[in-house]
Amino acid sequence: MTTALVIAQLVNGVQFGVLLFLMSAGLTLVLGIMNCINLMHGSLYMMGAYLAAAAYGQTHSFLIAAAAGVLGTMMVGVVVERLVMSRLYSRSHLDQVLATFGLILFFNEVVRIVWGPAALSMEMPRLFAQPIDLVGLPYPPYRFAVLGVGVLVAGALYLLIHKTRTGIVIRAASANPAMTRSLGVNVKLLNMLVFGLGAALAGLAGVMASPIVAIQSGMGEPILILTLVIIVTGGIGSVRGAFYGALIVGVVDTVGRTFLPMLLRQLLEHSYAQAVSATITSMSIYVLMAIVLAVRPQGLFR
Amino acid sequence: MTISLHLNEQERTAAATGRAARLGRMQPRHAAALVLFAALAAVPFIATFAGGPYLVTIASRIVIMALAAIGLNLVLGYGGLVSFGHALYIGLGAYAVGIATQHGLDNGLAHIAIALGAGGLLALVLGAISLRTSGMAFIMITLAFAQMAYVSAVSLRGYGGEDGLQIAGSSRFGPFDLSNATVLYYVAFVLLAAVALLTSRLVVSRFGMVLRATKFNEQRMVALGFKTFRFKLIAYVISAMICVIAGILQANLTHFVSPAYMQWTVSGELIVMVVLGGMATVIGPIVGAVVLLLIEDQLSGIDLGLPGGADAFVSAHWLAFLGLFIVATALVMKRGLYGTLVGEGDKL
Amino acid sequence: MRVSTIFAAAVSIVIAAAAAGTAQAQAPVKIGFVGVLSGPQALLGQDQYNGFMLFVEHNGGKLGGVPVEILKEDSQLKPELAVQIVQKLIEKEQVPIITGVTFSNEMMAIQKPVTEKGVFLIGSNAGPSPIAGPLCSPYQFITSFQLDSMAEGFGLFANDKGYKRVYLMAPNYQAGKDFLAGFKRTYKGEIVDEVYTAMEQPDYLAELTQVAAAAPDAVFVFYPGAMGINFVRQYNQLGLIKKIPLLSQGAVDGSTLGALQDAALGVYNGAVWGPDLDNAANRQFVDEFEKKYHRIPTMFAAQSYDAAQLISSAIAKVKGNVSDKPAFMAALAAADFPSVRGDFKFANNHFPIQNIYVQQVAKDAKGRVSLETVATPLKNYRDTYAARCKSN
Repeated sequence: MTTALVIAQLVNGVQFGVLLFLMSAGLTLVLGIMNCINLMHGSLYMMGAYLAAAAYGQTHSFLIAAAAGVLGTMMVGVVVERLVMSRLYSRSHLDQVLATFGLILFFNEVVRIVWGPAALSMEMPRLFAQPIDLVGLPYPPYRFAVLGVGVLVAGALYLLIHKTRTGIVIRAASANPAMTRSLGVNVKLLNMLVFGLGAALAGLAGVMASPIVAIQSGMGEPILILTLVIIVTGGIGSVRGAFYGALIVGVVDTVGRTFLPMLLRQLLEHSYAQAVSATITSMSIYVLMAIVLAVRPQGLFR
Repeated sequence: MTISLHLNEQERTAAATGRAARLGRMQPRHAAALVLFAALAAVPFIATFAGGPYLVTIASRIVIMALAAIGLNLVLGYGGLVSFGHALYIGLGAYAVGIATQHGLDNGLAHIAIALGAGGLLALVLGAISLRTSGMAFIMITLAFAQMAYVSAVSLRGYGGEDGLQIAGSSRFGPFDLSNATVLYYVAFVLLAAVALLTSRLVVSRFGMVLRATKFNEQRMVALGFKTFRFKLIAYVISAMICVIAGILQANLTHFVSPAYMQWTVSGELIVMVVLGGMATVIGPIVGAVVLLLIEDQLSGIDLGLPGGADAFVSAHWLAFLGLFIVATALVMKRGLYGTLVGEGDKL
Repeated sequence: MRVSTIFAAAVSIVIAAAAAGTAQAQAPVKIGFVGVLSGPQALLGQDQYNGFMLFVEHNGGKLGGVPVEILKEDSQLKPELAVQIVQKLIEKEQVPIITGVTFSNEMMAIQKPVTEKGVFLIGSNAGPSPIAGPLCSPYQFITSFQLDSMAEGFGLFANDKGYKRVYLMAPNYQAGKDFLAGFKRTYKGEIVDEVYTAMEQPDYLAELTQVAAAAPDAVFVFYPGAMGINFVRQYNQLGLIKKIPLLSQGAVDGSTLGALQDAALGVYNGAVWGPDLDNAANRQFVDEFEKKYHRIPTMFAAQSYDAAQLISSAIAKVKGNVSDKPAFMAALAAADFPSVRGDFKFANNHFPIQNIYVQQVAKDAKGRVSLETVATPLKNYRDTYAARCKSN
C-alpha cells in the first residue's frame, strides 16, 4: 500500500462523489423546493446518456452530443412536468411515488422501443482518450473533466440560489408557495423551470457518465438508489448537503472497496476476507445513512 | 381464469339476490366482498371440473400477493406511511423456509417461528430507524434498506445466491403438509380471510383509531399526548409480519426462493395493488392484487388478433403499457376500484 | 344400472381414449418456449427465440418432419412466475417439451417441476451447477454449457501463455465465486489477488487502480452483461488492454460487443461456439442469421439453434411419437444432429461434451468487431459436476 495508491484512490473517491453530486443536486432541488418525490430522476439520467450516444452516433462530436443530452433531457423533463408532475404537487407522496414508479417502467421500455434492446456505445472525447500518469499510475484524464464539470456546476448552483433574484424566488417558493404566488410570482412557471433544471442536471450526469458506463435500459435505478441515500444523509432540499453527502459517499465507498480488504486480510482467511469485505462495503453507505438518521433525522445539512 | 370470471357473474347474481333476500338490504360493498371471497373459495372446484390444477397455482399466487398487499395496506393505507420496501419481508419469509428445509428442518411451526422471529426483529430495527424520518425521507429509506437486503441475499454463500435455492420439502404441520396444492391454496385463502378480518377489527380498535388519526394529523395526536412513534412502529412490524407469512406460503407454492422475491419492483407492485384496489379499505388490496396480476398476465401474452402487428408490439413491450396504466391509476384513481364502491368517508 | 349400459359406457370411454391418443399423434407437437422476453435483459431471451425459430422456419414450421407449434411465454425475470407458466404449459397445453430458459434462477425454479412430470426440458442457455451435478435429471438436456468449464479452460490457457501472476475479479455472488474457483483448479501460477465487487457496480476505477499498481501478468474476470461493458470500457480507458491481457467471461459476447466496439479489441473470451467455427452447419446458420437480422449471431442464438436441431433429430428418430418417453429420451441423448459446434455429444448429466475455446475480440473479414477463436485449451471436455450426477 503505497502513498501513490492512497492518493490515486482519494482522487477516485472524490471524482466518483462529484459524479453522484450531479445526480443528487437535481433531485434534491425538486424534492426540497416542490416537495414532490420524483423516482424517475434515474430515468432522466438514462435519457441523457441515450440522447448523447444517439447524437454522437450521428455527428461524432462530443460537444454536440453533450448539448443534445442536456437540452434533450431538459425538454423531456419539461414535458413530463407539464403532463404528469404538475398534477401531483398537491397530491400525497404516495401518488407521487406511484406515478413516478409507473414512469420508470414506461421510460425503461421506451428506450428499448426506440433504440433497441442492446446497449449503446459512446466514445471518449478524443482530448481525453489517452491515459495520463498520476503519481506513477495510469489514470484516465476524463475523470478530471468530470471533476471539473461537477465543481463548476456546484459553483453555478450556489451562485444561482444564493446570489440571484431567481434564486431568491426559488427559495421563497419552497418556503411558502401561497405567499410567493400572492406576491405576483408565477409559481407554475417556476415549478416548470426548477423541474427542468433538475432534469438538465440529471441529463448532464448521464452525459458525463456515458463514455464510462454501459448505456442501457434500467441503468438509472442503481444510481437512483445511491442518490436517494445521499440526499437523505445530506438533508433534503439542501444542495450543500447533496455536495458534501455525495463526496462522503464517494470517498467512503471507494476507500471501503479498496482498503477494507487489506485490513480484513490481517484478521481473516484470504478469500473469506474478500467476500466479507465486499459485503460490508456494499452495506457501508446504508449503515452510514442509518447512523446519520439515528443521530440527526433531518440530515446533516438541513 | 376466464372460466372463473364467467361463473363469477352467475354467482354474483345468485349471491346478490339470495343473500339480499335473507339479510335484508345489504350494502353493495359488502356484497362485492362476499362475492369476491366466494369466487376465491370456489377456485379449486372450478379447477377440478373445468380448468386444471394450474388454475389453483395461478390463484394461489394471487391470494398470496393479496395477503402481502393487505399487510402493506395497514401501514400504507391506514398509517399513511409509504413503505417502498415491503417485498423484503416476503423474501425473508421465503428464505426462512428455504434455509430451514436445507438444514433438514421441515416442521411448519418451526418455519413460522423462525420467519416471524427474524422478520419481526428486522422490522423492529429497520422500522425504528426509518420512522425517525417522515414523508419523503421515509419512502427513500425503506427503498434503500430493501435494496440492501436484496444485495445481501444475492451474495449469500451456500444458499444459492442469485440463482436461488430449490426447496426440497414443504412446511409440515403434523399429519398434513403444504406440498398438496389444494391444501396450500385453502391455507392461503383462510389466512387471507383471517388477516382481513383481523385488520378490520384492528382498524376500529383504539390502536387503529390512533393510527388513522395520526395519518391525518400527527401533530394533533402528539399534542394530545400519544406516543405516535410507538403506534407507527407497531403497525409497521405487524404489516411486515403479514408479508413474512405471505413469503412462507410463496416458498411452499413454488418450492423455490431467490433474491428476485425481494426486488424493488415487487415492492412497487404491492403499492400499486393497494392503491388500485383502494387504500384504507380492508378488501381493496385483494381487489387490487387480482386486477393487477391479471392485467400483467394478459398484457404480456396478449392475443386479440389486433391488426398491424399490434399484438406482438404490445406483448413485447407490455411494461410500457403497464407503466402508463400505473401513472393513470395514480392520477385518476383517487379511491381505487373497491374504494369507489365504498364511497365517501373512511369506512371499511 | 344394466350391465349392457355399463359395458357400452366402458367401450365408449376406451374408444374415445384411443381416438384422443391417435389424434394427438397427428396434431402438431407443442413446444413451450420460456424465456426473459421483456425488460432490460430481454436481448438474451429474444435471441434464444430468434435462433430457435430460425431453424423451425427454415424447415417450414416443422421439426423432424412433424409440424410444431411453439408457445412463447415471457417469464419477466420472475422465477415464481416461471413456475406458474410451466405448470400452465404442462397442464393446459400438454406440452411434451419445454425449451429456452434464459437465466439460472429461472432454471433452478422450474427444473424440478418440469422434469418430475416427465416433460423434457431442453435448456439452451442457463446451466447452473446444481443441475449439472447432484440435482440432475434424465429429462433435462442442456445445449449451452456449464460455466465453470470456461474458467478451467482459461486456467490451462493461462498456463500455456506463461502468465505467472494473475489477478482475479468477479461480482460478489455465488456464480462469481464458483467461477474463480474453477480457474484456480487448473491454473498453476500465482494468484496475485482475488477481488469481489458489488453487484451492478457501475464504476471499477478504484479496483482497476489497484490492478495497475499490482502489475500482474494477466487479469481474469467474470463480469456478465452491463457489468462487463462497464469493466471492459474502463479497463480500456486506463490503457491496460495492451499492457495487461484481460481474460474475461461474459463481458465480450454477442450481447455486449455492440456497445463496446473497438474498445474491446484484444480482450479474451471463453466460449463453446464462435461465428468463425468452420463447419457446414455453422456456416449455414451464420449466413441465414445475418441475412435475417443484419448482425452477427450471439451464442444465445447458436445454442438455441442447436436445441431446435436436437429436438428435430429426436422427433425424426421416434417418427413423431413423442409420447414414447423412453424412446424419445434415448433419441435426444443420441444427439445425432449437425451441431454448429461441430462434434456434439451428451455426458451422463445431459450437458454437452464439447470443446472449450478461447476467443479474442478482433475485426472479422467484413471489418466488424467479432470474436476470433485463438485456442482450444479443452477438447471434448466433460464438465466437473458430471461426476456428481448419479441418477442418470
